[in-house]
Amino acid sequence: MARQHVTLTVNGDEVDFLCETDQTLLSALRDELQLTGTKEGCGTGDCGACSVMLEGRLVCSCLTLAVEAAGKTVDTIEGMAHGEALHPLQTKFLEHAALQCGICTPGFLIAARALLERNPDPTETEVRYWLAGNLCRCTGYHKIVEAVLDAAAEMRGN
Amino acid sequence: MATTMLKYEEKELKVVGSRPVRPDGVDRVTGRARFGADVNLPGQIYGKVLRSPHAHARIRSIDTAAAEALPGVKAVVTRDDLAEMPTEYIAVGEMVINFRDLTRNVMAREKALYDGHPVVAVAAISEAIARKAVKLIKVDYEVLPHVIDVADAMAPDAPLLHEDQFTQGVEPRPDRPSNIAKRMAFETGDLEKGFAKADLVIERVFTTKPVHQGYIEPHSSIATCSEDGQVELWTATQGHFVIRAQCARLLNMDISKIKVMATELGGGFGGKNNVYLEPLVIMLSKKTNRPVKMTMTREEEFRASGPGSGGRIRVKMGATRDGRIVAADAQIDLQAGAFAGSPLPQATMSAFTRYDLENVRVVGHDVTVNRPKVAAYRAPGAPNAAFGVESVIDEMAGKLGLDPIDMRLKNAAREGCKTYYGVTFGPIGFIETLQRAKAHPHYSAPLKPNQGRGVASGFWFNIGFDTTSSLNVNEDGTVALTVGTVEVAGGHRASLAMMVAEEFGVDVDKVRISTGDTSQLGFNFVTAGSRGTFAGGMVAVMAAREAIGKLKERAAMVWKVAPEAVVWEDGHARPASTNVGDFEPLSIGEIARTANKTGGPIAGHAEANVSGAGPGFGTQIVDVEVDRATGLVHIVRHTVIQDAGKAIHPAYVEGQFQGGAAQGIGWALNEEYIYDEDGRLLNPGFLDYRVPVASDLPRIDTDIVEVPNPNHPYGVRGVGEVPIVPPLAAIANAIHSATGIRFTELPMSPPKVLKAIGANTDA
Repeated sequence: MARQHVTLTVNGDEVDFLCETDQTLLSALRDELQLTGTKEGCGTGDCGACSVMLEGRLVCSCLTLAVEAAGKTVDTIEGMAHGEALHPLQTKFLEHAALQCGICTPGFLIAARALLERNPDPTETEVRYWLAGNLCRCTGYHKIVEAVLDAAAEMRGN
Repeated sequence: MATTMLKYEEKELKVVGSRPVRPDGVDRVTGRARFGADVNLPGQIYGKVLRSPHAHARIRSIDTAAAEALPGVKAVVTRDDLAEMPTEYIAVGEMVINFRDLTRNVMAREKALYDGHPVVAVAAISEAIARKAVKLIKVDYEVLPHVIDVADAMAPDAPLLHEDQFTQGVEPRPDRPSNIAKRMAFETGDLEKGFAKADLVIERVFTTKPVHQGYIEPHSSIATCSEDGQVELWTATQGHFVIRAQCARLLNMDISKIKVMATELGGGFGGKNNVYLEPLVIMLSKKTNRPVKMTMTREEEFRASGPGSGGRIRVKMGATRDGRIVAADAQIDLQAGAFAGSPLPQATMSAFTRYDLENVRVVGHDVTVNRPKVAAYRAPGAPNAAFGVESVIDEMAGKLGLDPIDMRLKNAAREGCKTYYGVTFGPIGFIETLQRAKAHPHYSAPLKPNQGRGVASGFWFNIGFDTTSSLNVNEDGTVALTVGTVEVAGGHRASLAMMVAEEFGVDVDKVRISTGDTSQLGFNFVTAGSRGTFAGGMVAVMAAREAIGKLKERAAMVWKVAPEAVVWEDGHARPASTNVGDFEPLSIGEIARTANKTGGPIAGHAEANVSGAGPGFGTQIVDVEVDRATGLVHIVRHTVIQDAGKAIHPAYVEGQFQGGAAQGIGWALNEEYIYDEDGRLLNPGFLDYRVPVASDLPRIDTDIVEVPNPNHPYGVRGVGEVPIVPPLAAIANAIHSATGIRFTELPMSPPKVLKAIGANTDA
């Protein structure tokens, strides 16, 4: 079976890879581009560990075919910090101890950034419902929600 | 000679008790941290397991010819590649496992004993070919009757899993095999006399479901075996030394031939203490001399790993009018899964432990059923038992017209109290958790219609065991600390680095902490049982003190004084008094930079079977709101109050409290395995096995009690296990307060709650 050649923009860089037609974007990111920061927790779109942005839209990369990303932009956790400067969400996650094992953290950060881009001033309930697609088994979510609300306040300049 | 444990000393603290950013934090928020599935090696191939579709079946024959003929398939492993193992028990986590069973759990031999039981493993040049190869394997099964639930499995005519399993702990030895692997009993005082004194006796039967640990990272392992039989294994585990020991025994290899690297761990909660894939990737790599990588799918996780044990708990308690418990009796029957070894000892020993009771009897049974072999899950066994006991106490308090916290205070264990399993408590903080709960604003806050409040308490033993640590003072005076305990959750590395920084009197960012591989340190027991910060901290502090002793000796050498004339303060060697001489203090950096002139590099290390773990106690308050139209129980407020001994990094202690409580909430309200009539698991995924999500939960308030453990230099007690214990009963008690209905069966999911509300209204 001929592999497909896919060219796309990942974290601002134009890159390409060869993939099977049934290969997921998650697998292409991890196995073809060696971007292992995006995690697989379930492979069925239920846990959110594989969250990435595709053309500015939050998706589960395990439910997206790699070929669907051809010609598009993908943003992953590896592109979240700029040089030495962490994104405010990353900083707040660290300050609030909003991660324990950390396997779900990349997905939460990508999802939380997507929320704050569309709603810079969410209520706690809005944060909780937006992040309901991301599973964390360690924290009970308390410190994650705190960190997101604190990052939102800081990003608004409060 | 046994190493002497360090004792608690009260002192002024600069680092311990603060909240620095954890040393392994940035890697985790940037995607840099390497978890199990993130490890890749040049030339690697991929493994896949064929699993039994039957809950119970004799395996007549296995034909792998078509799979082996598929281009790209490099190796196949079947039961014929694994040696038979004798019955031989070893400690694994808080559990004990039998190698006869372990080899059969890694790969079925005579019979497949659960849906998902491994039957064949294949390695191929791609995952797609490995998946295709697995489908080409023909297995001839003779399907046998199966049994899923514990009560059914205990019946005399139940389908039998193990023809050679005779109930242990029964005299005389039974003449017929049974699914009851073991009976345990504890008895103290005179139960009959106790009940005779009681003004109120309540007896109830409770059931709990097995629940999966639900870590988000699936098991993943990669092994490479060279032509001379040296193995390197990277695996996501809570205990790489125990994994090495299990692999060496199962594969008849010298321990020195296997080197295990613990990758970053994406959650374990007890579910990553045992081998699953590790022996298979080693065998496949041995056959191919190529690195072999294997990762479980989420479906495989549910069908074949974990879960924590569920069971049936009968509790009978008697109390006098004033609330004093005069007799306590329980029978606890736990599911072991396909092989013996449920957390029965922990369940029976923890059931009533937190109360000071004269007359107690606890009997329990360990029962094999056609489900995956249970694994430890956070305070294994204790939540099951506490669900029953804490529910009955609540009911008694209600019937006696007593406040449920007052009733617990009236019976609470304190220092000097002897438990029914023999241990006498030192200083413990149970009463403090109850007093703080009673005084907490949550406890007196008004409730709205359809809301109710529940309280429950929990206990966990906590453990120490074999632990090692190695520490080098670098040439510039910074410190490299290598530990053999695993970062099982947040803050383990941070806590150890903080204690070492406190000892040296340096900033915490001057201590670089690494997890050592199995070739770098002596044996470490699995990081479980709430021992990491306690036992890991103990040996890290021992290692630091050894190095500090050497630093003082070097300063003494420079000053030409006796080593006893030097003290260590704030990162400096100083003369003990003005009598010693007028010397400028020497910093750790100054001593380290000139170490080659005073005897060479400076290090410390410690190896110990750490003892003296301080038992943990907690009390939780939960408010629920019951939706009478849907049966949904919503947690509206939750407070965790628990004795941590000493919180080294309070934010991560709070995180343990919150995470444990959330897991308990999931167990109480939603989580369960659903099997069809053929014993096949119907919900092996996160869509249908529903763990709590952010919108299910409120903020979880925490209150850290600190009654120092006298047997630790900083007073640490384990904190990870206790918080999962109270929520099951606390929520049931809250639902009772809201609706008048007492639930004795988990999960208290919407259909069940709705049905009960309907029945209650009709009546």
